Amino acid sequence: MQPTFTWSGVAPALPEIYLAAAICVLLMVEVFFGERRRGLTGTLTLLAIAGGAALTLACAQVDARVTLFSGMYVADPLGTVLKLFAFLFLALALLYSRAYLEQRDILRGEFYVLALSALLGVFVLVSANSLLSVYIGVELLALSVYAMVAFDRTSGVAAESAMKYFVLGAIASGTLIYGMSMVYGLSGTLRLDDLAARLTEAPSLGLVLGLVFIVVAVGFKFGAVPFHMWLPDVYHGAPTAVTLFIATVPKIAYFALAFRLLAYGLGGLTGSWTQMLAVLAVLSLVVGTVIALAQTNIKRLLAYSAVANVGFLLLGFVAGTPTGYGAALYYMLAYVIVTLAGFGVVVVASRRGFEADELEHYKGFHARDPMLALSMMVVMFSTAGVPPFIGFWAKLRIIEALWETGHLWLVIIAAAASVVGLFYYLRVVKLMYFDAVPAGLPATEKRTGVRFALGLNALAVLALGVVPNPLLELCERLLG
Amino acid sequence: MQGPGLLSLLVWLPIAGGILVLALGEQRIGAARWLALAVSLATMAASVPLYTGFDTTTASFQFVERLPWITAFKAEYALGIDGISLPLILLTAFMTIPVIVAAWNVVRERPAQYLAAFLIMEGLMIGVFSALDSLLFYFFWEAMLIPMFLIIGIWGGPRRVYATLKFFLYTFLGSVCMLIALIYMYVQAGDYAIASFQRLPLTLTEQIWIFFAFLLAFAVKVPMWPVHTWLPDAHVEAPTGGSVILAAIMLKMGGYGFLRFSLPIAPDASRELDWLMIALSLIAVVYISLVALAQQDMKKLIAYSSVAHMGFVTLGTFLAFDIAAGTGALKGAAMGIDGAMVVMISHGLVSGALFLCVGVLYDHVHSREIAAYGGVINTMPKFAALFVLFALANTGLPGTSGFVGEFLVILASFKASFWYAFLVATILITGAAYTLWLIKRVVYGPVANQNVAALTDLNVREFIALGSLAILVLVLGVWPAPLLEVMQPTVRQLVEQLMISKLPG
Repeated sequence: MQPTFTWSGVAPALPEIYLAAAICVLLMVEVFFGERRRGLTGTLTLLAIAGGAALTLACAQVDARVTLFSGMYVADPLGTVLKLFAFLFLALALLYSRAYLEQRDILRGEFYVLALSALLGVFVLVSANSLLSVYIGVELLALSVYAMVAFDRTSGVAAESAMKYFVLGAIASGTLIYGMSMVYGLSGTLRLDDLAARLTEAPSLGLVLGLVFIVVAVGFKFGAVPFHMWLPDVYHGAPTAVTLFIATVPKIAYFALAFRLLAYGLGGLTGSWTQMLAVLAVLSLVVGTVIALAQTNIKRLLAYSAVANVGFLLLGFVAGTPTGYGAALYYMLAYVIVTLAGFGVVVVASRRGFEADELEHYKGFHARDPMLALSMMVVMFSTAGVPPFIGFWAKLRIIEALWETGHLWLVIIAAAASVVGLFYYLRVVKLMYFDAVPAGLPATEKRTGVRFALGLNALAVLALGVVPNPLLELCERLLG
Repeated sequence: MQGPGLLSLLVWLPIAGGILVLALGEQRIGAARWLALAVSLATMAASVPLYTGFDTTTASFQFVERLPWITAFKAEYALGIDGISLPLILLTAFMTIPVIVAAWNVVRERPAQYLAAFLIMEGLMIGVFSALDSLLFYFFWEAMLIPMFLIIGIWGGPRRVYATLKFFLYTFLGSVCMLIALIYMYVQAGDYAIASFQRLPLTLTEQIWIFFAFLLAFAVKVPMWPVHTWLPDAHVEAPTGGSVILAAIMLKMGGYGFLRFSLPIAPDASRELDWLMIALSLIAVVYISLVALAQQDMKKLIAYSSVAHMGFVTLGTFLAFDIAAGTGALKGAAMGIDGAMVVMISHGLVSGALFLCVGVLYDHVHSREIAAYGGVINTMPKFAALFVLFALANTGLPGTSGFVGEFLVILASFKASFWYAFLVATILITGAAYTLWLIKRVVYGPVANQNVAALTDLNVREFIALGSLAILVLVLGVWPAPLLEVMQPTVRQLVEQLMISKLPG
């Protein structure tokens, strides 16, 4: 291919280019104006996100699939939709966390710059069409997130969890690239579409070995058991605003990682990796659900709930069919929407010098702040998979995809885990609604803007549960 | 595709009303109360055209509405009623009114939310009875648990948290099993319509698995022995309104589920396993009645009496095969199901009324112990008269609605086997024993203590709530024809459908 540089050769990648430019501009703004106007970068970031979303929409690939940069990059409808959701989720996460950062004196422009560079990592992964761009995306996202976890310099716990995250994450990156090198060596190509075309026969032992390393790395990124050790500590140790971020936006990237790399590029080896993922999924469901039962800290509880949810999400991939991938996509989106509201409540309920992260702090929450309690209840019932909330349809879609492919045992395990999991979600509702308020808790955040957004978020969980068709159909059309 | 109509109105009007009541909040509780009452009355009024416009000559679904809902699941927003669901919908629309009236100024803690929860639940329950798509059915079926969970948990008694968690987990476990069966059939049938499931040919093994999955969901709800243990806990701890709705409507959903799902979807499995269902029902009737005899707590006693009466329902439902095999006549087979339906409606009215009565006593004395009362008739003559009427209806006294259903079921069980009838008829003795003994200890005799001496008789509000129930109990007792007429074509068709095997090939 001739390396000619034409407008049409870069136009589909405009969202990434724009984002990279925006990061540079914001960095400069912070340097020159940041000290004087604390909130300026944050406001500009939200504007940049809005502009980016508009731009992404403008150069959206409706049904074409275009590869750029010698096949490193792909622009397709799935990528566009995932990027738009990533913009939306990031905007919400930043909106919820602003007051939290302000009250802890860590409202610095760097936070926003790091969040945007993490977003750029997400975008690179979402549009990756080569083992190399997958790796670049993973690393860009991971490095930004490590720094964000350690963002509160005065917090020892945060530093510890960032360190833990970094060391384990580095090992995972190592396994990923090790596995990729084996796949590259045995197939002779880095491009995912070429891989998909070449790997059609029964895999050799070397290829399966490479696949094992890749699956381990994917499992680590998702936080699937037994590679979940970092997840509760990081969720717990990071400032809640950062937890809110890492629990939501990167999930899009990890979905893209699993989809682009396993389902698409290594689609010829579906028979092999579905079995590996099935083990990870079942372990995640069981371990995540059982350990969550014993938690007393809501951040850890939501962390183990995340592990269990990852188990469910991976089951969509285990089905190994387009319906299954569509179900996994839907599950991921539903999970992120719900989790945004969940950690959003935790962030908004926290005040200067007070972290609302123990379950104890939610006793009688309903009497203190009915609106936040209602939002949290919606989150809990949705995550538990009770209609009329969106979480129910997500679980149903996964179970249906498994039934269609005849995975009877996985269906039974998934259903059993849902019933056990219900208990600890109900426990949170019980604390909020049935228990009396303990003395000495500070009032919750009263800024109307944030509360309005959070209310809309919780309402979306309900509305998308009563009318699930649009989002379901979108996922179906993208992958079905 | 028929657009939204009367049934949609019945489902969404109370839900919208509930949200409005919630929005009015505790500060404007006066307005919220009147709004709640207005909404419940409007819902009742809106349900009247269902009855007057109902065509009693056909067994097919009426007032049907169909709209596309979830294309990815091929699920429709499909509502419709037949002779089985109509009486239950009317019962639901009616029973919410006394609950709201009874709560008027008795519930002091967060009253607006209390009323809103009942209104929202009313809409969801009507949705359960009118859904023609199994996914929509499941949607309402599960969503309904949330308000009930909160009602017991927030406004309940001392052990409310234990009771409500037990209630939710029990029901959810059963429901998940049902959901898996539904998905299994969906994968085969291609959509979620209940009618396609009923047409779907299934092997005996498949049917038996599906039957048990449904059994778990519905038996917990009914509740059948031995999965009834959540009910006494839930009833004892629930506030009055919660107990009323639980006993009057929620338990009926199990019976409705058997008639709508288990029997027509798995007829061959039902035929194979009817001995099991009959045995469990007889245990419920005989053994649980004895358990009721030993209770010290009024609500627990009525709760166990509910389990026993629901045993009648399941017995009547599953007698059809034995009768058809024994007599060869479908008319006899339909009698059991007719009886089961009448017991459901009658028990809905009577048990609801009994829980309201206990609620009235509890509001004054704050005790549910039988021993805390005695000689109530001396201070509350009007109340005593109504309480005794409902208690007698509960024992199946001729002239009350309780008699009609029980008589039909006992008659049907005679056709099936003498011994069934012998065992089930023991409730005429034990039921009378525990109810009359309750009455004797609570209502009659000399005034037992100062609490009872300080009681004042029913006020207008309570009198209207209980009086209207009493009228219905008596009317249905002497003139059950309107009820029977409505459901007979549907029941007849159901029985015919049962006799046709669904085994493939």
